[in-house]
Amino acid sequence: MSSYAANSPVTGDHAGLNYINCERGIWSWLTTVDHKRIALLYLFTISIFFFVGGIAALLMRTELARAGADFLDPSTYNMLFTLHGAIMIFLFIVPGIPATMGNFLIPLMIGAKDVAFPRMNLLSYYIYVVGALMALIALIPGQFIGQIFPIFGKFLVSIGLPQAVDTGWTFYAPYSLQSGTAVIWMTGAAFVLGFSSILTGLNFIVTIHKLRAPGMTWNRLPVFVWASYATAVIQTLATPVVGITLLLLIMERSMGIGIFDPKLGGDPVLFQHFFWFYSHPVVYIMVLPAFGVVGEIIPVFSRKPLFGYRAIYISSLAIAIAGFLVWAHHMLVAGISDTSAIYFSVITFIVAIPTAVKVFNWVSTMYRGSISFETPMLYAMGFIFLFMIAGTTGIYLATLAVDVFYHDTYFVVAHFHYTIQGGAVIGLMAALHFWFPKMTGKMYNEWLGRICWVLVFVGFNLTFLPQFVLGMEGMPRRYFDYLPQFQSLHTLSTVGAYINAAGYTLALLHLLLTAIFGKTLAPDNPWDALSLEWQTPSPPPHDNFEVTPVVTEYPYAYGKPVEGDHHA
Amino acid sequence: MNSHVSSEAQPGQIGPPIAHHMDPVTAYHAAKLGMWLFLATEILLFGGMFAAYALYHWMYFEEFHNASRQLNPIIGGFNTVVLLFSSFTAALAVDAAQHGRNDKVVKNLLITIVCALIFLVVKYFEWSAKAEHGLFPGTSHDGIAFNSPEFITMYASFFGLYYCLTGLHGIHVVAGMCLLIWVMQKARKNRFSQDYYTPVEIGALYWHLVDLIWIYLFPLLYLVG
Repeated sequence: MSSYAANSPVTGDHAGLNYINCERGIWSWLTTVDHKRIALLYLFTISIFFFVGGIAALLMRTELARAGADFLDPSTYNMLFTLHGAIMIFLFIVPGIPATMGNFLIPLMIGAKDVAFPRMNLLSYYIYVVGALMALIALIPGQFIGQIFPIFGKFLVSIGLPQAVDTGWTFYAPYSLQSGTAVIWMTGAAFVLGFSSILTGLNFIVTIHKLRAPGMTWNRLPVFVWASYATAVIQTLATPVVGITLLLLIMERSMGIGIFDPKLGGDPVLFQHFFWFYSHPVVYIMVLPAFGVVGEIIPVFSRKPLFGYRAIYISSLAIAIAGFLVWAHHMLVAGISDTSAIYFSVITFIVAIPTAVKVFNWVSTMYRGSISFETPMLYAMGFIFLFMIAGTTGIYLATLAVDVFYHDTYFVVAHFHYTIQGGAVIGLMAALHFWFPKMTGKMYNEWLGRICWVLVFVGFNLTFLPQFVLGMEGMPRRYFDYLPQFQSLHTLSTVGAYINAAGYTLALLHLLLTAIFGKTLAPDNPWDALSLEWQTPSPPPHDNFEVTPVVTEYPYAYGKPVEGDHHA
Repeated sequence: MNSHVSSEAQPGQIGPPIAHHMDPVTAYHAAKLGMWLFLATEILLFGGMFAAYALYHWMYFEEFHNASRQLNPIIGGFNTVVLLFSSFTAALAVDAAQHGRNDKVVKNLLITIVCALIFLVVKYFEWSAKAEHGLFPGTSHDGIAFNSPEFITMYASFFGLYYCLTGLHGIHVVAGMCLLIWVMQKARKNRFSQDYYTPVEIGALYWHLVDLIWIYLFPLLYLVG
């Protein structure tokens, strides 16, 4: 595919030096401007928040295992679902794939030495850290922790920790204007985190425009880069709107000016419009890169050229554009006019078209391919399965008459988790396994990877399939308690949540321990993949490539004989 | 832009900084694209407030016109002229940098920064006058407290939007001043030449946006009454 010689012997001063061991010490990591190291910093940080958010989810599911109050009081429950939502959305999955895999892979995939603005890249990481700390101040339920660990609870009270936010991650006015909790801290945190997201997106757009290697035309870009490009456009253009919304909310709370409060001549529905103008596109920030990941993995493990390459990248752009036009489908029952409700419903149906284009192309790529079921491929296929359910149930919710019934029920919760966990998180897991050899230079244990996949996949479906049924039977979301007829499905869902959590914990521990202590060294190109990142050593040297590669073909020309055969 | 000069440039000398990952021409275009994208995010940031303004102007037409008459269009107009002039000198600074005239860059940027300062001082006195008239959060006039129900029937949410819009714009003026001071310091050290003037250009681009937003704020706030 490229005239860049794979596995070229490394000579001279650089022999044996890669981005991990070229500099040593914690300080060299904290001050690095290398996109690969920054990617790992992000990965490490978001993994911590993934577990914090996950623990909150488990606490809620444990409480909901039986009807009635078990060990949480209702206000703590409100704080926990806010903590779970806010951490998972703002701290984990928005930076999830773009800031980790995007940071690591975009320069490697386009044959660049780094992103366009490496120092800004590091800055955006630290802005993220500041935002994350602000969010923690706002979200830690001190009282609840005090019940379990009295000493730690006293400590949290003594440092003046405010009451944890209980508004849900959506901060709807007017409740967010009245709640006596740390709303300003949390919305301030979301604003700061948004700034980090904007800088990352801006960096990627400029990188993809300006730093492509010779011969890397737009029609030869890997689909992951295309997906990241579409994502970056959304990050850059949608995030400022939620930024100003949250600023206005902060101003309103602190100075009593009337923007969203109906008592002061404001309009709470305007808050919802502004909020969803960002927060609908943001689900594409989460899931578009996962589409890109799947598009990279499927052809490699099917040993076939990617079917409909152009259709796939055009559909990424189409989703990004259409994503800006559908926001009020979150508000179909919020009192917007019938005309606009019909408009938003119809446009929402249209989003299904580019999404389906992708799914058909992936399945067509697999058709008559010589498929092998390594862990990344299992996650990628799991992604297609789960995202099909997510997409089709999305159509239910976009349908006006049906949404009246489903709105604010567990049906929405299940649909959302199928898109975000079944889509974005499973996509991230696929990416982590697929590029693990490149990132760490080690090979993970294939069988352990597969077992974890089974736990994740079974646990996930066991958690959320019952929630579709619960929603259809009328179980409202965000409720602390429920009627006896919902008992068995709730218990089933809780069991699933524990299996799911075990799967993630085991999978991530497996990868972490392999990265540190693993003995099996990875070859440069363990999957016989054709994209540029596999044509450089594992792990890559500090400057990514010894010689700037020259690209002559698109990266999915599989089916030709490949030199070397590491492939089982 | 000319790339061959840079390879001889040393730190502290004339010429673009050496980046390990791209050549100076690419760096110039990358910086410009980056700034344009950043300006797009700024427009969307203000866009939220302009959208809120549009909605409430439509809902509370009479009240907004009533409230707008409380502002002094002459002071606002003066500030508009000041900012427009500062944008002109910022553009002159770019032209000077492109010709390698660092002394002229310093002079023009200094005028720009002084204009920004004048703008902020005028704005400060405007806000203080509003506070004296009981049109500021936490104050009251003739027993009508800011944002009390009576106040809302008179002015709706106009003043809330006024303080948010002009306040955020003011923060951008300060940010722009800091950026231009940083650029001016570089010019004083003779960093710019016809081969390297990226900071002047992107600094001026940012300043033009600050100016542009004010050009929209002025009629919407001062002239609708």
